[in-house]
Amino acid sequence: MRRLLIVFTSLVLLAVPAFAGQAPAGQSGFVPVDSLPPSEQLPAAPLLISAYAFVWIAVIVYLFTIWRRLNKVEADMRSLANKIQR
Amino acid sequence: MKAFGPVAVLAGLMLAASPFMIAGAPYESTMGLVQKIFYFHVPSWFAMFTAIAICGVASIIHLFKNSPRMDRIAEAAAEIAVLFGLMGLVTGPLWGRKAWGVWWQWDAKLTIALLLELTFISGILVRKYGGPGSDKLAAAVGIFGLAVVPFVYEAVNIWRTIHPLTSVVPTLPAPMAGPFWFCVTAFMLLMAALLMLRVNLGKRQAALDELYLALED
Repeated sequence: MRRLLIVFTSLVLLAVPAFAGQAPAGQSGFVPVDSLPPSEQLPAAPLLISAYAFVWIAVIVYLFTIWRRLNKVEADMRSLANKIQR
Repeated sequence: MKAFGPVAVLAGLMLAASPFMIAGAPYESTMGLVQKIFYFHVPSWFAMFTAIAICGVASIIHLFKNSPRMDRIAEAAAEIAVLFGLMGLVTGPLWGRKAWGVWWQWDAKLTIALLLELTFISGILVRKYGGPGSDKLAAAVGIFGLAVVPFVYEAVNIWRTIHPLTSVVPTLPAPMAGPFWFCVTAFMLLMAALLMLRVNLGKRQAALDELYLALED
């Protein structure tokens, strides 16, 4: 009885790693990407275009702020220069 | 300011040409099209780190030699660093959403990068609302920011993170490396042109302050 138990335990211990190392079951069928729920579909192009657009917009907005600040400084300088001349 | 024209024109031409260069680069095997954000994302961080280096060095000189010129350069470079940091922080999540499935992950690399951006925003706020002596405080913030840069860069090698490693850039295959370094050059030139423009603005503001003082006297 004891020998039988040892043999059975050995078989279980040997079989567990063997089953654990089995490759996952094969894919039973193909699913077209447009059949996935909307939450799992994510096209790359809008993300790519958004990234590039943001870079361009950030540069343009920053240039605009510099231009506006420079114009304000120049206007202040002109009005001060006029005051000093008077 | 003499160099501004050629640098700005070259930067503009290179940035206009960059989408064509990027379109010609091969697709990455696992990420596909979205990986092409890399060609603007990484150069924006390179430009930010360069602006921070300029800000940090100018801040050190200003702290020890009290140089108004260096203070203007540090102020301009801090603003430019925030601009390029913002580009990196926006383009990164757009890439991550597709590549990782999440917009943001609070891992070491991303969190330190965000803190670096906030550090330079705080430097700008200190200058604006700090009152007398705020230039020295902002210089100290700039030096602190410079000290943080190596941690942002090396975070992926020090801590476990989902962000790609720093080994990606040196091991880029030639068809990807060409467009990448082209974009890096374009961003560096853009950073230099914006810096010159912003320093000039600081110079004009300093001249205006002198005029105000002359009027008071």
